[in-house]
Formats: sequence, C-alpha cells, structure tokens
Amino acid sequence: MTCLTYCLLIALLVTGTVQADTVQVAVASNFAGTMEQIAASFAKDTGHKAEIASGATGKIYAQIKNGAPFEVFLAADEVTPVKLEEEGLAARGSHFTYAIGRLVLWSSRPGYVDGDGNVLRKGDFAHLALANPKTAPYGAAAVEVMKNMNLLGKLEPKFVQGENIAQTHQFVATGNAELGFVALSQVFKDGKVTGGSAWMIPEKLHQPLRQDAVLLKTGAHNPAAKALLSYLKSPAAIAIMRSLGYGV
Amino acid sequence: MPDLDINDLKAVWLSLKLASLVTALLLLLGTPLAWWLARTRCRWKGLIESVVALPLVLPPSVLGFYLLLAMGPRGPIGQLTQGLGLGLLPFTFPGLVVTSVLYSLPFVVQPIQNAFAAMGERPLEAAATLRAGPWDRFFTVALPLARPGLITAGVLGFAHTIGEFGVVLMIGGNIPGKTRVISVQIYDHVEALEYTQAHWLSGLMLVFTFSVLLLLYHFGKGRLPVMSA
Repeated sequence: MTCLTYCLLIALLVTGTVQADTVQVAVASNFAGTMEQIAASFAKDTGHKAEIASGATGKIYAQIKNGAPFEVFLAADEVTPVKLEEEGLAARGSHFTYAIGRLVLWSSRPGYVDGDGNVLRKGDFAHLALANPKTAPYGAAAVEVMKNMNLLGKLEPKFVQGENIAQTHQFVATGNAELGFVALSQVFKDGKVTGGSAWMIPEKLHQPLRQDAVLLKTGAHNPAAKALLSYLKSPAAIAIMRSLGYGV
Repeated sequence: MPDLDINDLKAVWLSLKLASLVTALLLLLGTPLAWWLARTRCRWKGLIESVVALPLVLPPSVLGFYLLLAMGPRGPIGQLTQGLGLGLLPFTFPGLVVTSVLYSLPFVVQPIQNAFAAMGERPLEAAATLRAGPWDRFFTVALPLARPGLITAGVLGFAHTIGEFGVVLMIGGNIPGKTRVISVQIYDHVEALEYTQAHWLSGLMLVFTFSVLLLLYHFGKGRLPVMSA
C-alpha cells in the first residue's frame, strides 16, 4: 500500500470513531431484550454505542463492588442503585426509576395457567421455576407473592431456582418446569402474551418492581453514559418499554 | 465450623455422594469400554474414541444446555424416560448422576485404555499358553497390570465430578439436598457477597481433596504414574 493510501485509511478510521462514544451498560436480565432494542434506537439517534452485559441485579452489584468496568447500571429494584450511591460507587442523586416491571406466572403449555392463579393453589405439578431470590428482585417478588397467598410452605419443595430471570424463563420454556415466575417482558409481544398461558399477578401481592437506573463512578465523565440515562426518559425509549409490557 | 449452616453441610454430603456414585459407575462401565477400545481394530474405533473424548473439549455449559433440552419433555431422552414411567431427569439427583457420568467419561476411560494398551499382548499370550481362559486372563492378569491406570481413572473421575459446575448450573435447578452441589453453593455465597461462608466451604473442599490425593500418592508410591492431564 502506498503511503498516501495508508494515511487515507487511518484518517477514515479516526473520523469514523471520533464522534461516537461507547458506554458499558450492565442490565438486569429481565430488561436485556428491551435494552437491545433501546440500544439500537440510541445508536441511530445519537451515534453513541451501548455495550450491554446482563445478569441478576445482585450479581452485577457484587461485580461492581469488585471493580467491574460498568458505567451505567439498570437494576431490577430501587434498593441496589441507592446502596451503590451510599457506598460511593455511583454518582449521588443520579438514580431514577426507568421502568416498572410486571411479574407473571407463565407456562409454555397453553391452557395450563388459569387467569386467577388457582393452578398454584392446586399444586399438582412437579417443578415451579423462579429466579434466585437472594440475587434477583423478580425472584424475591415471587416468594413474596407466595407468602401473601399462604402457599410458600406448600410450594417450596417444588422450587427450581434459576441463576437469574433469564435462566428461569429457559427452564419453563423448555418445559422442564411446568410453570414459573418470569418477567412480563420475556413473554410479551404486540400487546399480549405470546405462546403458553399466563396469570398476570395482581400488583397488590408484591412490592412494586420499581426498576432504577444509576450512573456509576466509572462513567461519571463519559458523555455517552449521561446521554444514555437521559435517552431512557425519551419518548422513543418509553415507547419501546411500553410495547414490552413495562409500566413507565 | 462456626459459619456453615445446614444447607452448606447438605451440599458437601451431596457432592461426596454424587462423586462416589459416579466414579463407581464409570469404573464399572468404563473398564469394558476401555478394554474394547485398547484392543479393537474395528473401523469405528476412531469415531467412538472421538465421541468419548467430546466432554473434554465441549464447554460444560454447552453440554448442560443440550442435555437439558434432550432430557426435557420434548427431547428424545425425556420422552424415553417418560415412556418408561420414570418421569423427567432434569432437576433430580439421578439426572445429575447421568449428566456427570457423561461429563467425566473421558477422564475415566482414557487412563484405563492407555493402561491396557501399554500392557500389550505378551502377558496375555503367556497366560494363554498356561491354559488361562479369556475371563481368567482378564481378571487375574490384565486388571492387576492395569491397576495404576485404574487408580488414576478413579481419582480423576472423582475429582472431576466434585469440581463440576457449568453442567450442574444448567441442569440442576439449585435444589438444596438434591442438586445443590458444593460448587454451586460456593457460587451462591459469592454472588450474595457471603464471602465468609464461601471461604469456609472452599477451604474445607481444598483440605479434603488434597488429603485424598496425598494419601493416594503416598501409599501408591512407585506404582502410581504422574498424571499429566
């Protein structure tokens, strides 16, 4: 390659990247699919790129405490972002509720779960899947629901715990667990539950799943990080979240 | 141990139970297979050796995931077990045993196969000239000569099963007393920032496995080959 071609190539590469910043986002598993869509729209509208890592809220918290290079954290609860702020790992006052999650009792078998959750009271199934309540807020909410229905003792021996809500969904989707507590966004498309049968759990049976986002210390000076957090409040992002069943 | 609770002890007991059962099963099933592989000249030998060696190279999560699908209600193994009235294997201890047997298979079969192959034909031919029948030759000549290989296979199979994590995570369902083995329990503690319990459990397993290895190497001195796995 001639010197001129070489220089042109370098110039092209540099101009291609100079406007776009990257932001490392850690997302709670229930929001992972939604975040992919928001990231695509974010890239189109602002030119910034979001690199997404997902996992259980508790797990991501442990990783951040141990120095994980995330810049923005979208948790599945409101407690963890506040904890991070108090521990000096997140920018004070930067947390806000970006979505309200819905818990759903879902089975991949059509007609298996009724609209009142009586299938839980009858209890004639072998395995009930839920996310690990210690690290996943949706798992903790599931336990709360069963406690409020006075069914915890009866159903606990049938528990099958997923590492996070995504693995929980996998257990139910493959039919290995007859039914399980998953996030609405995992089974919701075009305004209704796709495939199988579901019980939309009344919100009075558990503490609301207020999902908070926060700007982490590592991302405090990254313009893309701040841009992403404000993008989450934009009409485009809200529309995507609503289409996947989140309250906003 | 001040910080370990009943769930931790259940996990330890479960892991020991699983590893012992799987090692015994693999020695029983693996020895004939290793014998056949060491001595056959069949054209399918390479194919079967590759299949046996697959768990060595496949990421455990891949193996676990496909076993979850295969053993589920829509998979071939799941439909077989349901047809036989045995229910489904995922999330059960027997399911874990089956998975571990597949996962640790090459670690047991290969050392035994190498031991049989290294022995060669001559001891067996010599025994045959002294009127020893085939079963007699196997039990009184081949097996004793292959003893270092058998011990290596047993130790590797046991250690590999105790250390199993990815496969159990995919297919276990984390049920205390049934599928929550020690590696998953330690992982759970770490995830929940319960580092003290994680330290205690890890330390316990380290001491235990080190002692087992030390005993085997010390008393098998001169008769155990150095493992290069």
